[in-house]
Amino acid sequence: MAYPADRKYTKEHEWIQVNGTTGTIGITDYAQQSLGDIVFVETPKVGAELTAGKTFGTVESVKAVSDLFAPASGTVTEVNDDLAASPEKVNKDAHGSWMVKITLKNPSEPDRLLSAADYEKFVAEEAGH
Amino acid sequence: MGAKMVEFNGWDMPVEYPASLGGGIISEHMAVRTGVGIFDVSHMGDIRLAGKQALAAVQHISMNDASRLAVGQAQYSALLYPQGTFVDDVIVHRLAEDEYLLVINAGTREKDFSWVHDNTGQFDCAVENLSDDYTQIAIQGPKGVNLLQKLTDADLSSVKFYWVTRGQVCGLNNILMGRTGYTAEDGFEIYVPADEATSARVWNEILVAGKEFGVVPCGLGARNTLRLEGKLPLYGHEISDTINVWEAGLDRFCRVEKAEFVGRGALEKAKAAGVKRTLVGLEMVERGIARDDYKVLDDSGREIGCVTSGSPAPFLKKNIALAYVPVEFAAVGSAVKVEVRGQGVGAVVVPTPFYKRPKKSA
Repeated sequence: MAYPADRKYTKEHEWIQVNGTTGTIGITDYAQQSLGDIVFVETPKVGAELTAGKTFGTVESVKAVSDLFAPASGTVTEVNDDLAASPEKVNKDAHGSWMVKITLKNPSEPDRLLSAADYEKFVAEEAGH
Repeated sequence: MGAKMVEFNGWDMPVEYPASLGGGIISEHMAVRTGVGIFDVSHMGDIRLAGKQALAAVQHISMNDASRLAVGQAQYSALLYPQGTFVDDVIVHRLAEDEYLLVINAGTREKDFSWVHDNTGQFDCAVENLSDDYTQIAIQGPKGVNLLQKLTDADLSSVKFYWVTRGQVCGLNNILMGRTGYTAEDGFEIYVPADEATSARVWNEILVAGKEFGVVPCGLGARNTLRLEGKLPLYGHEISDTINVWEAGLDRFCRVEKAEFVGRGALEKAKAAGVKRTLVGLEMVERGIARDDYKVLDDSGREIGCVTSGSPAPFLKKNIALAYVPVEFAAVGSAVKVEVRGQGVGAVVVPTPFYKRPKKSA
């Protein structure tokens, strides 16, 4: 899978797309594949604060509960309500299913995250275990 | 086959199969409810009791009444400790006049065999652990019978639910086939020789024969959601060595009118003393999924019980759970909460089983 180059990635399998001071966050295709059928997405409300590296929500598959880790710090400005009713959209198109948008505390914070190429390498190593 | 594997009681088992094979927990679950799915359940154990006093031995250790079994008939039962709590649940099959087969759980294979062996020494009966001799494959769903019929010369239409037969299967002679399962659907479980070549060949032949019915290989994930919808207990969850038969709601499989069996005395006492807690079915009414070991709370947030098994139910499209609660909360319609990540989420007590398969017209 070629991961979109227009965003950055974390080792916890989240992606963040930066547009000025807005960060759009979701989980990767590798994440949705590992999770299996996603049945529940829990995200914070508008106005909530995200802290880079800390959990900010959960995504549940039939079998398991997984934490979502914030790729960067900021304040939630928008939540994708679609995913409450149709969590399976994340399985169908993980990179097209954003979960939250935040106003970044520091717009260059995501720069330190993995590029698409580095994430692809990271995933290939993980999958190889 | 590219399945996601997990360790289960010392076994390497598939949780779910890849989407390319029609897999994924939800897809596998739905295949069993609407068509047919197959499971390799060789991790289950098999204990054979044979001899002049085989029936007496079974009667001593099993809570149900095996004397009601005709040759070829099976029944759900349990092995109990003297305290009336569970060693394991079991399906007792009467294979011949004086021959019984107990099919038991994977995680309790050794414990069960030792228990059976140690508690039947006084009977003229041989007790054998046949667990490693058989590969057990479950073929489950409304099309399960149709699938197996293609591979056997036995007339499966004459085998009623919870009865067994023997016949040729995939060219192998004298194969035991039981109309049993753990999915709350119709279907069969077959027992073929455990050598790898035979097992693989039979598995693949079943997949080929099942293509026309849309057969899907199924893993532990679907196995759990299927049995949960049907309120079938899982050892270590709904039944264990600290839970008694009355609490678990398995009264109808326990024949206290039998002269004696291990655990009978304690059960009589427990019934006289009154049952304090009971297993109920819960359905989430607010947004959230109840999972194993989550706390059950009353309206005021006080902890009153515990979820034994909880999960989304793929066929019912609800989030369901089984839980132990005090008897005063057991009435259908009782409002409770389940603690999900620190928050009480509303649930209601519902009738069980959550799912019952539709009656087939002859």
